[in-house]
Amino acid sequence: MEKPLCYHCGDSCDTDIVEFDDKSFCCHGCKTVFEILQSNDLTYYYKLATNPGNSPRFQEGKFNFLNNEEIVDKLLDFKDDNYCIVNFIIPSIHCSSCIWVLENLSKMHPGILSTVLNFPSKTLTINFKPKEISLKQIAELITSIGYEPSVSLQDESKELKKSNKDIIYKLGIAGFAFGNIMFLSFPEYFEVNEFWLDQFKPVFRWIMLVFSLPVVFYAGWDYFKSAFKGLKSGILNIDVPIAIGILVLFLRSSVDIIFDFGSGFFDSLSGLVFFLLVGKFFQQKTYAYLSFERDYKSYFPIGVTKLESTPNTPIKELQIELRQVKADDVLLIRNGELLPVDAEIIKGQGLIDYSFVTGESLPVVKQIGDKVFAGGKQQSGAIEVKVLKALDQSHLTQLWENQILKKSKPQFQNFTDSISQRFTIIILSIAIVSFVAWLLIDASQSLNVLTAVLIVACPCAIALSAPFTLGNLLRIYGRHGFYLKDGTIIERLAKVNHIVFDKTGTLTSNENNIIEYKGIELTESEKDLLSSSLRASNHPLSRLLYKELSKHQILTLDEFHESVGSGIRAQNNEQVIKIGAPNFVFPGKNDKNDNKSLNTEVHISTNEVYKGCFYIKNKYREGLKLLVSELHKPNYQMSLISGDNESEKDFLSTVFPPETNLKFNQKPDDKLHFVESLQNSNSEVLMLGDGLNDSGALAQSNVGIVLSENINTFSPAADAILDSKSFQQIPNLLKLSKKGINVIKLSLIFSLFYNLIGLGFAVSGHLAPVVAAILMPLSSISIVVFTTLATQWHSRKILGKFKKS
Amino acid sequence: MTIIYMLLAISISVAILFFIIFIISVKKGQYDDVYTPSVRMLFDDELIDESTTEISKEFKDN
Repeated sequence: MEKPLCYHCGDSCDTDIVEFDDKSFCCHGCKTVFEILQSNDLTYYYKLATNPGNSPRFQEGKFNFLNNEEIVDKLLDFKDDNYCIVNFIIPSIHCSSCIWVLENLSKMHPGILSTVLNFPSKTLTINFKPKEISLKQIAELITSIGYEPSVSLQDESKELKKSNKDIIYKLGIAGFAFGNIMFLSFPEYFEVNEFWLDQFKPVFRWIMLVFSLPVVFYAGWDYFKSAFKGLKSGILNIDVPIAIGILVLFLRSSVDIIFDFGSGFFDSLSGLVFFLLVGKFFQQKTYAYLSFERDYKSYFPIGVTKLESTPNTPIKELQIELRQVKADDVLLIRNGELLPVDAEIIKGQGLIDYSFVTGESLPVVKQIGDKVFAGGKQQSGAIEVKVLKALDQSHLTQLWENQILKKSKPQFQNFTDSISQRFTIIILSIAIVSFVAWLLIDASQSLNVLTAVLIVACPCAIALSAPFTLGNLLRIYGRHGFYLKDGTIIERLAKVNHIVFDKTGTLTSNENNIIEYKGIELTESEKDLLSSSLRASNHPLSRLLYKELSKHQILTLDEFHESVGSGIRAQNNEQVIKIGAPNFVFPGKNDKNDNKSLNTEVHISTNEVYKGCFYIKNKYREGLKLLVSELHKPNYQMSLISGDNESEKDFLSTVFPPETNLKFNQKPDDKLHFVESLQNSNSEVLMLGDGLNDSGALAQSNVGIVLSENINTFSPAADAILDSKSFQQIPNLLKLSKKGINVIKLSLIFSLFYNLIGLGFAVSGHLAPVVAAILMPLSSISIVVFTTLATQWHSRKILGKFKKS
Repeated sequence: MTIIYMLLAISISVAILFFIIFIISVKKGQYDDVYTPSVRMLFDDELIDESTTEISKEFKDN
């Protein structure tokens, strides 16, 4: 029978099916959300899209830090006694139903006045009455319907976003001036000798001059700044010829008009600036919403629970800001919370998942007195820890700061800059030569020719071809689940010749596991007992096994005891089962075959008789073999560095070509040094990794790509994020980057062609305004059209038609 | 033909007026989110509480 899909979240209901109101739900969480929505008359939610919901993951106490006034004040955008506004980022927003339900939050609680959602940036603005509902309650309310806000340290500093409006203003001004100047130049274009038009010419021209002022001094000012900066540090970047072009156009046109020599080139000037800004805007627009600037702070909670005990009073729980944590403070870390600092366990048993720091996928057990490090996630029950070092000195911060120092990537000169360097020199020499030549032929024309050459040679087509090609590719990549930080990454991607893979989480998928059982077949009653015991346990391995095992009758256990780090002992009707580590299940058994266990194993015994063992292996991503062979064909060298042990070596050496370097037991630093050593032997390295443990290597590599199952929670230090669904596309993505560079080259040839024609006119002293007015926009527009069509064509050929998922 | 001066003045001031409106609308955040409103308008009207939309509008104007 086909498993029904959850009415709320659309997952298939494979473990428990919760039936309610003639609908099936995959878990009680989803059912609860449905109930909440139903009781508030919000079931219209389900009409807007099928299975629109998110399964809620609610943790008691998660938002306790919102009880702290100081933290709340920092999060609020506006506050007075009766009225507050807060902005939450909600990563799980994904469809129109989300918009609808979140904008109707006011129906769920009278204290919420209104909510406005910004879908592209996934931010929800909530206006509420603080007297009726607290921020914490709001956070819990939206979490309870499946939209957990992400509140992190980073949200405190909110200055970021504002700046990108600047380009819209500039674009507006340039476009406005461009349009008006074009109209005003019409009489000039047609050179009609009509009495009245001649009469008004000076007025028209002066108006043009006035319009061009904001274009040059506001909209185009960045080019001057950038050119000046470039010159100061001795680099001829693409902005130098552009700035020269703008300046010469402006001066020449102004002189023309002031002394009534001619009509000037104000239309070309404003058009040039406008098109350049369009290119820039295009570049900024693509994937601005993916903030790559997230640092380690965004992973940390904003507040922690401090336990304060003074003699004679009971222990008090205090919510404090993370940065106020001092050494020797006692903190309470709940199940599922991240350790923000290095600490020592003083109460409870730790089961710490360091996957975030080391990539190791299985949690480690820590006892009282053991040191635990920042970045680990507590996985079973609450623990109390004593802080060893304050936030800034912790292990994780060090790991991160370390990379900041190393962050300067190997010097990379982008393609456009390297072209423009030569280009600028050539143009300047042509201009000077023709100037000198005309001095000899006809001195009165020489200045004219000099400016004309500089005007027509202004490399706006060159400046446009790269941003448009790369920008368009960014968009195309994005649609296929590959998000790059900026366009220059594509150029670097095209140069890569060595690919380094991380294993865990990169080649293997974190979500799917292969589970094998070896040993004596279990009887039905044993199986029932096994799954019932696993069901009661909170250990990640238990949950994993429980999910994978087929459904069995749920028994009521007579006895259940879980010792953290060892295993479970459970009893039902005289039948005892032990599940867990070998020396727990069957003491002494481990000595028999002392070959070190390389796999993750869960051993089983019933009634003190050893039965067998479940082997849990990470499942490799689909299409790995094909991927490797496809990368091998165009001769990419490959390496594999893994933080894990060698258990998978045999398998991996069949997948990768024989010359591949397979390295195991690598620490984050080793990975970084390995990448460095490759680069020293003249390799352009692409590093494909996942978590923070790779971030050193990712930052060091020429291109660092993070593979992520959820593109909203990615790692720092990466140049790009690849959706794990697009894993098999890697060879094609690399291929496309090469094609992209070819497109740029071709478009440069195009623009060179225009420039040559223009130069012909200019050097011979025939550059009339109308020629410039036609040539400049024509070259810009045709380049834009060409690069767009060419990249589209290539991507369609290589990646296939984009299917909307 | 001096009427041309007047026409010019009028046309340019109209253009500038529109330009100023554009700048103001950018400043007020009209271009911050160009997607959500297009979805929002498709929702059934009667299901959205009148009073809340008014309050949010009020807030925007301040």
